[in-house]
Amino acid sequence: MDSVTKRYPDGTVAVDRLTLEIPDRSITVLVGPSGCGKTTTLRMINRMVEPTEGTITLDGADLQRQPVTALRRSMGYVIQNAGLFQHRTILDNIATVPRMIGWGKQKSRERARELMERVGLDASLAKRYPYQLSGGQQQRVGVARALAADPPVLLMDEPFSAVDPVVRKGLQDELLRIQDELGKTIVFVTHDIDEAIKLGTMVAVMRTGGRLAQYAPPAELLSDPADDFVEDFLGADRGIRRLSFFASEGLQLTTAPVVRVDATAEQLAAPDAPYLLVTDVEGRPLGWSEPRDLTAGDIAAERLLPYGRPFVPGTDSLRAALDCAVLSPTGWAVAVDGDGRVTGVASQQTIGEAIRTAHGAADGRTAGPGTDGDRPAGAAGIAKAAP
Amino acid sequence: MNVLNFVNAFFSDSAHWHGYDGIPQRLLEHVQYTLLALGIAAAIGLPVGLLTGHTGRGGNAVAFVATAARALPSFGLLVLIAVVVGIGLLPVMIPLVVLAIPPILVTTYEAVRSVDPAPVDAARGMGMHESSILFRVELPVALPLVLSGLRSAAVQVVSTATIAAYVSLGGIGRYIIDGLYQRNYEKVVGGATLVALLALVTLAAFWAVGRLAVSPGVRRR
Repeated sequence: MDSVTKRYPDGTVAVDRLTLEIPDRSITVLVGPSGCGKTTTLRMINRMVEPTEGTITLDGADLQRQPVTALRRSMGYVIQNAGLFQHRTILDNIATVPRMIGWGKQKSRERARELMERVGLDASLAKRYPYQLSGGQQQRVGVARALAADPPVLLMDEPFSAVDPVVRKGLQDELLRIQDELGKTIVFVTHDIDEAIKLGTMVAVMRTGGRLAQYAPPAELLSDPADDFVEDFLGADRGIRRLSFFASEGLQLTTAPVVRVDATAEQLAAPDAPYLLVTDVEGRPLGWSEPRDLTAGDIAAERLLPYGRPFVPGTDSLRAALDCAVLSPTGWAVAVDGDGRVTGVASQQTIGEAIRTAHGAADGRTAGPGTDGDRPAGAAGIAKAAP
Repeated sequence: MNVLNFVNAFFSDSAHWHGYDGIPQRLLEHVQYTLLALGIAAAIGLPVGLLTGHTGRGGNAVAFVATAARALPSFGLLVLIAVVVGIGLLPVMIPLVVLAIPPILVTTYEAVRSVDPAPVDAARGMGMHESSILFRVELPVALPLVLSGLRSAAVQVVSTATIAAYVSLGGIGRYIIDGLYQRNYEKVVGGATLVALLALVTLAAFWAVGRLAVSPGVRRR
């Protein structure tokens, strides 16, 4: 998008000289308060709204020069409340675009069935009508319908705003999973900054009046907000949220205070630690205890202190690790492997050190704010982990 | 003699079941007038209603035409046109068509206007042509209301088509007008009963069409 402006006949400027380069095969999120022109921006990409000035090019071709129906058919479109056709079955809703571009009934329906599975819809819903589905299921149908003709571009206009938080999280996770498999170029509009940070490879924060406030990867947004507006919009706990972008892999773990439930008296006495973590014979955590409360051969799991929620190094972020430590009654976080076996424990202090190291590494790698040219893709080297 | 006796006498008289003045013949004529008038009214009212409803333009004009048409008395129009063009089918058809257009036009317009804008936006965004949006997205959802407009038009035409007899045409109105002239109340009541029955049959026919044509997803059953 090159210096794109949308001005309405009454003089209202919805989008003001917006220049944006949207990367291929990744999720770009447009976020901002209501009336900031994010939806207008999205709708200019499939020409539901025509820009007043400026050009939008896709792979070097000017969108204005392409026939509008062909353009729209090459882009999936998902809207709030899904906008399903209530007179058609779920299957026929999903098959709409394939039918439109002449795939034939049989092939279209096969494709629709395939997509139902892909977006996590039970095949038994195929013959149902939209009113028989929950809001979350309808939204999945909306996504499946947009993906049906396999368009390279997907435009999503606040698709998950109308569902409850639990369902929304499920849909977000599903979208990330689908994106991992399909690698579409997705432009996603939301007013929810958490959603933007969770989903976006790049996030464009827009302000009222249709101006771009900052365009950066989410980690950079959290570490270096461009101005007060962006900082305000990010909310008070951006420091904590930024930890989502630091992998917990390098965290220094210790196995010293870990003992098995069938440990001998010497093994129980050996570690010099205020608390011991007791595991079962397979290595799964049972709970914490002070060493003097433990008697060899007579350790009852129900007398132990709860260990909170463990984290998985490599999969979970430092934010998850810190959360575990804060929630743990002993102040120590328990790390487990994929099978739930203890791989070690880390204190709040160790996690704090890891955070400082990660900050140092990130600041050394990312260019400071205000530099032009290529933005570091995903702030190179910083793993994006689920919070 | 009460009304039921009249009805009984009318329908049990075998003379009423044969010939050019028999019930089958008069019913057939009546149905023909009704279908013709309804067909012409639908051919005008449906396209105009669909188009104005889809574009959202011309709503005021629709309301104006409908109100004006409703203000015209069918019987007065019949006499007026019969005086101008002479006796025939035309003076009957014009008042019936004028009567049928407003419910069809206004209901169709409102039906399309009131379709949820979200699916329409989605359809447009996925590259559907405007005509497909109207016929494949808006109309199926608007269909129950569109049918109800046609239904009220049909019922009104069925009862008003009796005026055809006034300008020497057939139909069930023949019994009512001849009966009044001949002071044969058995005929008058019999004719009125036939009109009422035909109106009920019309309602039943529309109910059946609705069951067949409206998607279960729209009926929500």
